[in-house]
Amino acid sequence: MTKPFPNQSGIYDVIVVGGGVVGCAMVRRFTLEGARVLLLEKSPDILSGASKGNSAILHTGFDAPTGSLELQCMKDGYQEYLQIHQKMSLPLLKTGAMVVAWNEDDLGKLQGIVEQAHANGIADVNLIGRERVRALEPNLAHNALGAVEVPGEFLIDPWSAPLGYLLQAMMHGAQVRFNTEVNGGYFDGELWALETTNGFVRGRTIINCAGLFGDVLEQQLLGASSFSIHPRKGQFVVFDKAAARYLGNIILPVPNERTKGIVLTRTVYGNLLVGPTAEEQEDRLHAGLDSDVLRQLVDAAVERIPALEGMPVTATYAALRPATEKKEYRVQRVEGKNWISVGGIRSTGLTAALGIARHVFSLYQREHTPVPAPILQWPTLPNLAEHLPRDYQRPGYGEIVCHCEMVTLREIENALASALPPGDLGGLKRRTRACMGRCQGFYCGARVAELSAGHLAIPLATGVCHEAH
Amino acid sequence: MKPIEVENIDVAIIGGGPSGLSAAMTLRKLGVDKVVVLEREPEAGGIPRHCGHPPFGLREYGRIYTGPAYARKNVAQALKAGVQIRVKHSVTQMGQGGRLEVVSPDGAQVIQARRVLIATGARETPRSARLLGGDRPLGVINTGAFQSYLYLEHLKPFERPLIVGTELVSLSAVMSCRRAGIKPVAMIEANLRATARWPLSLFPRLCGVPMHFGAQLLEIHGTGRVEGATVRLADGQTRTFDCDGVLLTGQFTPESSLVRLSDLRLDPKSGGPYIDQYGRCSDPAYFAAGNLLRPVETAGWSFREGHKIATMIARDLQGQLPAATPSIEIACKGDLKLCVPQCLSNSSVVGMQHLQLRVSRAVKGRLVVRADGKEIWSRAGSSLPERRLLIPIASLNLPQGVQQLEVDFVGQ
Repeated sequence: MTKPFPNQSGIYDVIVVGGGVVGCAMVRRFTLEGARVLLLEKSPDILSGASKGNSAILHTGFDAPTGSLELQCMKDGYQEYLQIHQKMSLPLLKTGAMVVAWNEDDLGKLQGIVEQAHANGIADVNLIGRERVRALEPNLAHNALGAVEVPGEFLIDPWSAPLGYLLQAMMHGAQVRFNTEVNGGYFDGELWALETTNGFVRGRTIINCAGLFGDVLEQQLLGASSFSIHPRKGQFVVFDKAAARYLGNIILPVPNERTKGIVLTRTVYGNLLVGPTAEEQEDRLHAGLDSDVLRQLVDAAVERIPALEGMPVTATYAALRPATEKKEYRVQRVEGKNWISVGGIRSTGLTAALGIARHVFSLYQREHTPVPAPILQWPTLPNLAEHLPRDYQRPGYGEIVCHCEMVTLREIENALASALPPGDLGGLKRRTRACMGRCQGFYCGARVAELSAGHLAIPLATGVCHEAH
Repeated sequence: MKPIEVENIDVAIIGGGPSGLSAAMTLRKLGVDKVVVLEREPEAGGIPRHCGHPPFGLREYGRIYTGPAYARKNVAQALKAGVQIRVKHSVTQMGQGGRLEVVSPDGAQVIQARRVLIATGARETPRSARLLGGDRPLGVINTGAFQSYLYLEHLKPFERPLIVGTELVSLSAVMSCRRAGIKPVAMIEANLRATARWPLSLFPRLCGVPMHFGAQLLEIHGTGRVEGATVRLADGQTRTFDCDGVLLTGQFTPESSLVRLSDLRLDPKSGGPYIDQYGRCSDPAYFAAGNLLRPVETAGWSFREGHKIATMIARDLQGQLPAATPSIEIACKGDLKLCVPQCLSNSSVVGMQHLQLRVSRAVKGRLVVRADGKEIWSRAGSSLPERRLLIPIASLNLPQGVQQLEVDFVGQ
């Protein structure tokens, strides 16, 4: 099934490989700047790799390495999100964060964190004492000794945001192909021809946003990769909505060398989340859960918020972050190859995505000058955030299919009929929250199977059954 | 977006399962005027709607029904008694004094009920709350979802599942598999014996399903759909079953999310609301009945419990129930996992007939009740997790002025 495109019209200015949050932001930026863009995604839906599991925080960059590309991209991404979120009806929950010191060691590091934040240009970050911590977060364990207050850290919807980026790009002509994996290709000095599981595609520039497989892609197409991926697994536990009342701020730990550590935060969906762990592994495909680690996460959450004792767990999940052998982002143009690598985007990718896209576009602009779209169109994303009006509050929704998350029939039907419909159950869950609640499909699983039949790459049902009466 | 309409009614019943419908028809028969069942599903009837097999209804109606037929019968009886059943109505908030925020496809409204009965039932513990390890592929579901697939949607979620658990509901799952032509690869149980009673526990073997006791599910495998499940067997060996689904049965938990989000007191042991022997919650406008109170009882038990609590509500509406305070707290000790009710109002008015208990592990010895530290009742016996364990409240002959009760299982 390898049929090359017959003429010039099949040539894209830019082919983005990988539909994670960075890929979606990339397609948006390049499309809005006037480039003809194709997104290739090997899975049936966007956000199927690292981007499906994160802590859903819009970071200020207060603790990013001063002067780093990561910091620049985070700050740019943060600013751009604040500018565009309302235009797309994307939520923003202004919680603020606290880096809490739980022991004397931590306490000693707080001043340094404040200084770094100030050096990073985050001026409203300041040190607060234990009394103030207690006043602001009365449900935190009393061994919180002090904290760095970061008022600008917010919560966002980590799945609707990239969906919105890509939808906007599609409104401006970007094309997307799912279930399309790049298997090979060549560069003739001007054009790339990529061999995919769905035939050849041709483009002038390739942007590698392949996340966990970014180095593999480069070895395949460039013969070598400038970085190597060392997957880092993060496991999370989500508590029931009743838990959200115990917390206001995002509670960040004092970071160590390797990771930002375990975060306690509400989500825009009204839950309380604890995670992620940081576990190095070789496997790039499986982000397995570990019962003992999940139990440790629950215990850690209860230790920090004692009222969580006995609180039911709603969900558990794990995802892999595409860490590399170095800490920093690995973004660079490969000279003479019309190729831009975007590698090593780890925990901060959700925040930085829009900024990374801007940065990559500036690298591209050195050689190309597309004409930006004159008038921007904006998609309207269905709201899934609890602090804003939900669909069930508007009459005519048909029925509530998922009672735990109050997902309506209208929302599910709209998602299935949308311009970028879900490709698998994960995609449907991320777009609607159906089956994401405390019963995990006990009540609605079968109904969702029926509603989604014929829409998903792997159907929920294995077959029909007319005998059972 | 403030809901404007406030509707005043006598009793609102949240949940149209066996206990809710039974309570509703009883209230009507006792002369309560406006009784409204708020059911969030498109059809009332509750869990029996998707238990496509007998036996249901023998004690209630003197004949045997399948689950769906029993659910329809309960609905018909309630309607006949003059109960209003409002389907697709979800309560989003239970406010003080019986003020309910409700949404339906027609819009939001506020219902002010003189009394509210919470009868939201129970559900099984899903994969997440069991903190199970491994991948998260399609095909890991509970019996409730499984039976909805079969009986409501006529779909199969898998062909060769591994069944986890040996409760009554697990046997019901085996029965459903059999009817649908689904072939379980095995049934595993973490304990050393089946939770369901003999001879029912023989049923899976009779169906040719291998059973493994003392077996712990360690990890689920699969990228798209389930491809296998690794189990540690009783002899310490691990074995990976080749299966395309994992059916997690039982480990019922009260569906008490509305209670958790309200100001009502919750009993951390049962996971349901804290009640007295009249089924009355910490806010005396609220009552509770059915499997919300404790995981888990049969539909018939829930039906009778709904009836009983309804008679209490009817009396309360006429000012004939004693005041909610002061009351005697009941503490659970040792291997007793839960006790319902959690307190007794100090009164001669008879409410529920039993203290309902469950043990957290297999126990043998003496079940003991102490009043203010002094033993006042005991009985020798044994019990297993999930098994019904009752103490007749009348048999306690509570001494005057008791402050606190303690129930304990003193092992041998």
